[in-house]
Amino acid sequence: MKITESASISQPSAAPLRNAGVAERLIAIAGAVVVTAGLFLYAGGWFTRHELTPAAIINTFEHVNGEHPGFRRNHAKGVCVTGYFESNGDGQAVSKAGVFLPGRVPIVGRFALAGGKPYADDTPQSIRSLAILFKQSDGQEWRTAMVNIPVFVVKTPQAFNEFLVASSPDPATGKDIPGAMPAFLAKHPETAAALQVIGKHSFSSGFGDSPYYALHAFRFVNAQGGSTPVRWSITPDQTFEPNGTASSDKNYLFHGLIAQTHAKPLRWHLILTLGQPGDSTSDPTQVWPSDRRQIDVGTITVDTIESEETSPTRDINFDPLVLPNGISPSDDPVLRARSAAYSQSFTRREGERKDPSAISTVEVGK
Amino acid sequence: MYPTKSPIQFALPSRILHWLMAACLVAMLFIGVSMVVSLGEYHTLLAIHRPLGILILSLAVVRLATRLSTKIPEFPPAMPKQERFVVKVSERLLYALFFALPLVGWAMLSAGHYPIVMFGAVHLPPILPARPELYAKLREAHTILAYLLFLAFLAHMAAVLFHTLILRDGLLERMVPWSVRMEESKDRV
Repeated sequence: MKITESASISQPSAAPLRNAGVAERLIAIAGAVVVTAGLFLYAGGWFTRHELTPAAIINTFEHVNGEHPGFRRNHAKGVCVTGYFESNGDGQAVSKAGVFLPGRVPIVGRFALAGGKPYADDTPQSIRSLAILFKQSDGQEWRTAMVNIPVFVVKTPQAFNEFLVASSPDPATGKDIPGAMPAFLAKHPETAAALQVIGKHSFSSGFGDSPYYALHAFRFVNAQGGSTPVRWSITPDQTFEPNGTASSDKNYLFHGLIAQTHAKPLRWHLILTLGQPGDSTSDPTQVWPSDRRQIDVGTITVDTIESEETSPTRDINFDPLVLPNGISPSDDPVLRARSAAYSQSFTRREGERKDPSAISTVEVGK
Repeated sequence: MYPTKSPIQFALPSRILHWLMAACLVAMLFIGVSMVVSLGEYHTLLAIHRPLGILILSLAVVRLATRLSTKIPEFPPAMPKQERFVVKVSERLLYALFFALPLVGWAMLSAGHYPIVMFGAVHLPPILPARPELYAKLREAHTILAYLLFLAFLAHMAAVLFHTLILRDGLLERMVPWSVRMEESKDRV
């Protein structure tokens, strides 16, 4: 041993420890390691297995719909579109987001049926959705996933998970579970009320003539720092046709959309509805009073349509909390849960093999 | 005169960076492991996770530069050769993870077609093209590397506690943020 080494470091100041002291200290060290590891595992949910997680919600989707590798766990059957949003500048009153400056931003989007079955038949009762990604010139993005129902059916992620099971046929028998839905509704009057609102809503015949609703409230912040609760929806320029009867074509909704888009670009107006103090921002089952101020902030144009098989949009997660500066999440727990669950669905499907889409390249080329 | 050029402690910037990064990394590991199981706080935690990861990456760059440009203290004289080897390898592993975890996270978001938001309007460019299969692999690697870092952290903590409480060879003094004076050190020899 070189003397330089021994001199350069401080040496033990105490006499060698007795064995008893060593044992205690070893236990203390082991305790520190066990406590740290335990806290880490606790944070990771290892000791709270009963709590609902994003993975558990996606497991429920897989349970009620069956496993369909490579597909979105919800809104599985869809087709991709591109186009642009032409802002008229009026949105700047409530938000500083670049998307509301006068001018155009490109959009990509996806029309889909709600539900986790990628080969489901189109029916007049099918719930339809439109997801859009607005790409600002500075690279910031606004992603939104809208549906053609005016309110959401539950107000908590836990209720959503129960609703999924109660409203789906038993995967084993293919039949509705007797009494499941009435029991759920008895426990969740807000869902019963929301279903009444949805029941009174007049649905359109197709994708192109339907309005779509963002369902949740968001916080819009303008250049002066003013914050406003906002819900948005889009209303079609295409003439509204009331919902028709079933078709023998199991893809008739998509075929209609493809034909419409090939004929001429489809347009919707983006409408912001401004909430007032007292309007709930946390409960997506509630509608705001009909006299709330609305701003038409511009036009969404959809001019090309493409199968998921070739569109890069298949591999975009329309997480509703990918927001530009100027739009923030509200206190809605369902909105927050959607962000978490979408991420889980996205991570699972991106690593899986991709089966052909129901709306194939051939279908879209027709 | 003191008979060696080797310092008693790591350079002050190294010591500050060590404890600052330790705090960031432990916070980061706990944020990471809890956000993936949280329905309510996923978005909020993720909003902290991304810029904190980039902060760690920046600190790692400064720390590596400091580590390579300053003299480091000797090992405790009684430390066996094999242990010195383990220490050297594990130091390299930790440094590799300091870089790998944020870079894999950044690459993963790029491959997953996500905007890489820092705060407000500030965001970073993608470092990979959007590629689904790449996203899936990087996402998995991010988790595995994070667990590896946590295990390395536990081993590091246990080893230093063992030296400090059982061997009592003053190993920890090399890294404490305050100054350990030479006289004090000499007196105790």
